[in-house]
Amino acid sequence: MMDFINFHLMPGVILGSIYALGAIGISLTFGILRFANFAHGETMTLGAYFAFTLVQLTGWHPLAVLPLAMILTAVVALGVDRVFYKPFRAAPAIMVVIASFGMMLMIRSVIQFSWGVQLKSLVPGIQRPYILFDALRVSPKHMLIVGSALGLMLAVHLLLSRTKIGKAMRAMSDSPELARLSGIDTEMVIRATWVVGASLAAAAGVFLAIDTHVETMMGFKLLLPVFAAAILGGIGRPYGAMAGGLIIGIAEELSSYAWLGDGPLLAPGYKAGVAFSLMIAMLIWRPSGLFRGKVF
Amino acid sequence: MAVLELENITGGYGETEILHGVSLKVEAGEVVVIIGPNGAGKTTAMKAVFGLLRLSSGRVLLDGADITSMATEQVVRHGVCYVPQTANIFPSLTVQENLEMGAYVRKDDYRPRMNEIYDLFPPLAEKRRQSAGTLSGGQRQMVAMGKALMLDPKILLVDEPTAGLSPKFRREIFKVVQDINGAGVPILMVEQNAKQALSIANRGYVLVDGRNRLEDSGPGLLANREVAEMFLGGGTNGNSTGSGAGGSNGP
Amino acid sequence: MDQAYGIFLYVVSLLTMGGIYAILALGLNIQFGFTGLFNAGIAGFFAVGAYVSAILTTAPSARHLGGYELPVAVGLVAAMVVTGAIGWLVGRICIRLRADYLAIATIGIAETLRLILKNETWATNGARGVSEVPKPFEHLPEPWNQVGLMLLVLSIVAVLYVLLERARTAPWGRVMSAIRENELAARAAGKNVEKFRIQAFVTGCAVMGLAGGLTAHYLKFIDPNAAEPLTATFLVFVMLIIGGSGNNKGAILGAILMWTVWSATEIATSRLLPDEWAIRSAYVRVFLIGLVLQIVLQRFPGGILPERRLRVAKGGKSGP
Repeated sequence: MMDFINFHLMPGVILGSIYALGAIGISLTFGILRFANFAHGETMTLGAYFAFTLVQLTGWHPLAVLPLAMILTAVVALGVDRVFYKPFRAAPAIMVVIASFGMMLMIRSVIQFSWGVQLKSLVPGIQRPYILFDALRVSPKHMLIVGSALGLMLAVHLLLSRTKIGKAMRAMSDSPELARLSGIDTEMVIRATWVVGASLAAAAGVFLAIDTHVETMMGFKLLLPVFAAAILGGIGRPYGAMAGGLIIGIAEELSSYAWLGDGPLLAPGYKAGVAFSLMIAMLIWRPSGLFRGKVF
Repeated sequence: MAVLELENITGGYGETEILHGVSLKVEAGEVVVIIGPNGAGKTTAMKAVFGLLRLSSGRVLLDGADITSMATEQVVRHGVCYVPQTANIFPSLTVQENLEMGAYVRKDDYRPRMNEIYDLFPPLAEKRRQSAGTLSGGQRQMVAMGKALMLDPKILLVDEPTAGLSPKFRREIFKVVQDINGAGVPILMVEQNAKQALSIANRGYVLVDGRNRLEDSGPGLLANREVAEMFLGGGTNGNSTGSGAGGSNGP
Repeated sequence: MDQAYGIFLYVVSLLTMGGIYAILALGLNIQFGFTGLFNAGIAGFFAVGAYVSAILTTAPSARHLGGYELPVAVGLVAAMVVTGAIGWLVGRICIRLRADYLAIATIGIAETLRLILKNETWATNGARGVSEVPKPFEHLPEPWNQVGLMLLVLSIVAVLYVLLERARTAPWGRVMSAIRENELAARAAGKNVEKFRIQAFVTGCAVMGLAGGLTAHYLKFIDPNAAEPLTATFLVFVMLIIGGSGNNKGAILGAILMWTVWSATEIATSRLLPDEWAIRSAYVRVFLIGLVLQIVLQRFPGGILPERRLRVAKGGKSGP
């Protein structure tokens, strides 16, 4: 039982929190800008690398540099939108999808060029986990990740439900044309969407880096599960994305548990396939997702 | 000088032209109704005001100023508010939030205005925290209209406000339209329920196949034989819920 | 003299690999150019084709499935059949998805295929790959062994081109065009849109499998990370878009052009720059290709050879 919690459930919750943060951004951009942003994974990677450099420069704890890393990533996202996505606002959706596909490779190559491809560590040294109640392994960095993720999700919730721009984002997600017809400045809402999405993505990247390490393909490896989480929760439903992220993260980790007999149910090499299968199943069975989001 | 004028509008959405030289205007204080068969271009004419059309020729004038190429958000900020026929509320927002979005561009305190809207539409007041997507058709229509009114518009454009509503709601909506007009707001309204609409209208335009067909005062059109044959012979085509004696439908 | 010979061999290799990319681009053209299907999983189908052909043609080995030592032609045909079958399966499940959903799904499929190829080491030798794959004409003296393979690849390109052009102008192609331009109208006209889309998808996948098979024989080796899958997938898209999407000539032109640029810049940077810079130059090249794509998308979306629409008979219905 303890093994189950320590080595499967807890890692699942942590991974799920990281997925959730990435998925909220995807869900928002998909709902408001109406396209699947393939460069979102690289945004997460970029956040992690910004944090890495900031930690190198200041010697502070990653969590302390996180806000600045989020700001820097958001600035990049705004720039990319201005130069590469804005021209396609009125064009068929396929154009901006291809552009984001290209952006994915461009951002990754910039990262690879600037920082090199060796693995880097965000948090030097190994921290030993605390043992609570004689059995429950509680690692400080995991508590950090889950706590911060929850804090960020709460912040998103407050933004969307209490602020004018947040409500405008939800409105535009419902109907961009009606938003325009209500006089809402849709470009400003779009900019806000990029800022929120990119900041959360940066956080997700930093948390993954804290949990594992910093490497150039980390964001791409997150892309599929994050998309799956957003689809699972329902496109344009940020709360659904949070739930979807946790479900996918936990499912992935639980898949390697020895449910039947000795060995893991699913060979660990195939863990990445869990998210994908859940996504396909959702797309076939209920494309609007668990929380009934948009189906385009 | 008319508050709003469409001058010889020719255009459409894609490559095909839907409107051919359509002209109409709304003077201060008026209720102007556009009627016509399905597909006549009535909704399209309204959308032209907001720059949602690709125009080959023609102008849109607001208080004499040319707003033809103005962006949609800008047109709204200049006081032209629109209640579309479909997709006219934000379903995942509450009633109150919908009204807030209607007031988005207001820099001042919108709460007095919101209370006025709640006075105008009492059922909304009690449902203000309810998600707008869960409301009935008639209540949604109220939200849509209330939202458009949050900006104290210079002129209100309403597209088929009674479509799919029960007779009770239809009467209420027309009463509300008259109340709004009574407060000084000119109204341009597209309607399928020609008879009821014309009875509250100062003037009306008949559009057929994207062209001006007739123009007259409200009572004038009501008495017009051609109009009677086209629309007033009983139920109207499409989405009526069986008003009037079952007569012939329009072409 | 020696240098000219070296350049000659280089050109031969350029045309061989460029030809293989042309086949990939033609396959993608069927799916994306003609039918509007965003298949971002090219690398997966390519890999499957490569492995199938490799396994069927290699000598027995303890490290992987195989030992059938069948002729290369059989291997290639089998590659097409297997990838076509997988394409059919994928199509049955995913064909209704909107473009970006399909892109996500196909990336997932490519990743899943890659995972299977990497994990099922009993069959594929895992990450170490299958080697000593037989190469057509390899017993001929140089340069004929290279030239022979080049000619084989180029003639396959030519045959494919002819077949696809025939299909494009035939009734089948016109229906595809109609579906892409206006799906609602095509449905209203009674066309089974899904069936046609699946046909396009399967055909495209089979062609990509063929390209994979040819690569396995050309390089005599295949592994799950052959040519960094996503970069290669991206490259094929860029080739198609720059050459002219929807246009078979454009696909071939784009492929050979882009491959030449890609390969030549690789050689130039590896020769002229010191080692550490040479590695980094790879990233610069990817970045520049991406940038070129963005410029083309914004300024010249039709590509070098924009598609010429098939003329619709006058008086025929078009549009909603």
